[in-house]
Amino acid sequence: MVFASYLEKTTISANELLHNWLKQRLNSQALTWLEQKIEQIKTAVNTLVFFSAFSAVPRYTGKNDLQLTKTELEAACSARTGWFPSHWSVDQAARILLVLALPQDNEQKYLETLERVFTAADVGELVALYQALPLLRYPEKFRNRAAEGVRSNMTAVFNAVALGNSYPAQYLGDLAWNQMVLKALFVGSPLHLIQGLDQRANPELARMLVDYAHERWAAKRTVSPELWRLVGRFADNAMLADLERAIQDPDPVQQAGAAIAIAECPLPAAQTLLARYPNIQAEIQAGHLTWKSLIIS
Amino acid sequence: MNTTPMMYIDPHIHMSSRTTDDYQNMRDSGIVAVIEPAFWFGQPRTSVGSFQDYFSSLVGWERFRAAQFGIKHYCTIGLNSKEANNELLAEQVMELLPLYACKEGVVAIGEIGYDDMTPQEDKYFRLQLELARELDMLVMIHTPHRNKKAGTSHSMDVCIEHGLDPSKVIVDHNNEETVQEVLDRGFWAAFTIYPNTKMGNARMVEVVRQYGCDRIIVDSSADWGVSDPLAVPKTAHLMRERGIIEAHIRAVCYENALAAYSQSGQMQESDWLNPSPIDQRQLFSGNSVLRGQKPVIESPTREYALIE
Repeated sequence: MVFASYLEKTTISANELLHNWLKQRLNSQALTWLEQKIEQIKTAVNTLVFFSAFSAVPRYTGKNDLQLTKTELEAACSARTGWFPSHWSVDQAARILLVLALPQDNEQKYLETLERVFTAADVGELVALYQALPLLRYPEKFRNRAAEGVRSNMTAVFNAVALGNSYPAQYLGDLAWNQMVLKALFVGSPLHLIQGLDQRANPELARMLVDYAHERWAAKRTVSPELWRLVGRFADNAMLADLERAIQDPDPVQQAGAAIAIAECPLPAAQTLLARYPNIQAEIQAGHLTWKSLIIS
Repeated sequence: MNTTPMMYIDPHIHMSSRTTDDYQNMRDSGIVAVIEPAFWFGQPRTSVGSFQDYFSSLVGWERFRAAQFGIKHYCTIGLNSKEANNELLAEQVMELLPLYACKEGVVAIGEIGYDDMTPQEDKYFRLQLELARELDMLVMIHTPHRNKKAGTSHSMDVCIEHGLDPSKVIVDHNNEETVQEVLDRGFWAAFTIYPNTKMGNARMVEVVRQYGCDRIIVDSSADWGVSDPLAVPKTAHLMRERGIIEAHIRAVCYENALAAYSQSGQMQESDWLNPSPIDQRQLFSGNSVLRGQKPVIESPTREYALIE
């Protein structure tokens, strides 16, 4: 759980960082508009100015990529653990800055305001809002909202929740978390961009993923080798048989994925199986073949 | 593919009421962009939720559907005059407008104006003009079917009273009786080719012959009524047949709409001439048209609706 004082400190830092990044990237007219809106939102009695400004942002800022430098990304990560806005655009950053300007003391009003914006949002706005989840006040109140984002039929929106976002690992329950990982495979999103993937691996998810692999095989389709990353540690003998099938795949990437999973499996039979592939086993033992080194497009 | 050399814009058409087949025919006839003004349903909406879902579809699904068939879709957001008469509901819609008015691709507040010219219609027309002024937005005016001449004059008076620049107001549904005053006062004069109730093709040709092409715009308003989504290209063909010069046809069926609405900053020729590279942040994908495929935005082929 996050302590209030810690939250406040980090929220302020995130705010300052976003502001500094935009100062360097926006023209003076856009920056003046943005700063004026921030002041109005901070002090506004009603939320109408926030509603129209939130939508209007790209009209003033454009939609270029933010293109943060390595140093800037490191600053983000130290301001907020797991915050990695490497693929954000200037309009997204500016929209989130407006969200962070909302008065936060009245919890109910704060949540209601954001809920209204969520329910009226277009694709670009949804992406910005879901990316902002880890920076919001009262983050635990957005669990259902995040689960709703996972249900989106818009891949861009789904990815905004699932990828490069620290919120799901920290706040989603197992049911929603497992659905999110499974759906990432369905829509072809890379699993390694899901934060906290290994920490939140669990036996139920492993079972769901193996069932999914069986469906794919039955339909003569391939399975992302990343799938096995969440299976190896929880594999029983039946799952080990599936891994044995996967390691026989002619595609070296498929083979490698299965091999790493087998190496992670605590069953003695797993080590016996892996020993039949001495070259791959040696690569794994030497630390050359890992989930990180496995490039999955 | 664009099979005709001429490009058209239909700057007033209610695509939510039309089928995908229409989009295909429109694209084949050279229509590259449409503007869909927020409208009523033919029957009154009973709750603000219906408005919200409708506005969301204008900036969401409908835009995506159009793009799938090679047409750029823009919209205007507003509370129409008929429904302004339900004051309880109108209040709630007014609160909704700031959530939608500035979204991407929204080119104006509209269509707003008068139907019966009731005090309620007047109140919400004025409130929306104020909103447009605050947000620095264009306005699209729906002029009334009945008492049109007086209604059109009054609509313009009220715009001026609220400090709007006539060059940022498009007055629609004009006829031979209203056009002179609209042009004289510096507003854009749009004409709706719609059977029986509004303009006809042949009359439109004569309007262009008489008034030229400055600030005159042709549209279809095609909706759930008996109407034609190809009205703009068909009118252009008739103008061609009847000797209107090509430059004037191009102005009233393409360039003027672009000039008027590009003032919003939300619509420019490059949107359809050089479509931006696919931006996944802006696309619906994995929806009922595409299932997990890479999103396609510029594919006006007929394959999507093959009936096999």
